[in-house]
Amino acid sequence: MSLMALREQLNGLVNSMFLEGLLDDQFEQLQMLQDESSPGFIAELITLFCGDSERILAELTKLLDQAVVDYQKVDAFVHQLKGSSSSVGAQHVKLACVQFRQFCEEHNKEGCLRALNVVKHEYYLLRGKFDTMLQLEQRIQAYESKQQI
Amino acid sequence: MAVDAEAQFHVLAVDDSLLDRKLIERLLKTSSFQVTTVDSGSKALEVLGLKEDQTSTPALSPEHNEIEVNLVITDYCMPGMTGYDLLKKIKESSSLKDIPVVIMSSENVPSRINRCLEEGAEEFFLKPVQLSDMRRLRPHILKGKHKEQQLHQEENSNTNHIIISSSNNNNMSNKRKAMDEEVLSERTRLRFSSSSLNVI
Repeated sequence: MSLMALREQLNGLVNSMFLEGLLDDQFEQLQMLQDESSPGFIAELITLFCGDSERILAELTKLLDQAVVDYQKVDAFVHQLKGSSSSVGAQHVKLACVQFRQFCEEHNKEGCLRALNVVKHEYYLLRGKFDTMLQLEQRIQAYESKQQI
Repeated sequence: MAVDAEAQFHVLAVDDSLLDRKLIERLLKTSSFQVTTVDSGSKALEVLGLKEDQTSTPALSPEHNEIEVNLVITDYCMPGMTGYDLLKKIKESSSLKDIPVVIMSSENVPSRINRCLEEGAEEFFLKPVQLSDMRRLRPHILKGKHKEQQLHQEENSNTNHIIISSSNNNNMSNKRKAMDEEVLSERTRLRFSSSSLNVI
């Protein structure tokens, strides 16, 4: 695929993510911060976000599997996830976390379990698109560095 | 000598989240700051040259193992020492209290914000912090430096004159200026008394 076609694909993907609300303004901030001096910035943040999220989702699953749920611990993890999703512009994940915290506050186990499922759904949906995004970006950057030789 | 407005200032950023540390580091570097990031309040105090139970830095020259920090920006919610605790320690330290501190938080809690501002924080940033927020940092750094400079300049000129004439400052009639002069004349008296002892 030509460089131009790759760029079109990437732009199309990112634009659709903005339109669907998967990404918000914060992601635009990240795009502004990435330049020739830090070409891997977005990839680095996305990788950190995915690592954090999967670790947290695993912890939450364990915590909510207990007979007696420690809502303080659950809330602390959801707070963390909300923070990192907010920092990368992962809007749907962030909103799902906000809902989740409500159920935590109410000590509503059923609500929490449902909220956890929503967060997981939103996260994995986003993750799939982030994977595609990073693959396209890598291919584009490889092309560009070849061109500079 | 005037402070060079383009001088590179050094910011110490404190956040327990690696993702947020990477983000703030990038924001600061893009805005031409020198950056050091740490993941806790206690590490921040180490960098500032203060052990947790001290209130003033040991008598080491700045080149020794402390780096000069022009501003501290810290997350509020951290395990162990919170951003608020760190702010307090800095403001209670005779050697660090003039370093401007900015607090960041993902939650907009007015009582939390007020508490921090009352304790001496310059500003409170709501996360996620953005590039436009970085522009608000330099004025806080320059304000502190300008005050420092003014004080030095006036002290230097006053050592040559025992009597401070307030008629020099016809334009300045505000109370604060008068207070500053009183403080300076007090210092000058002390300086003369200690140096006269040294002459012997």
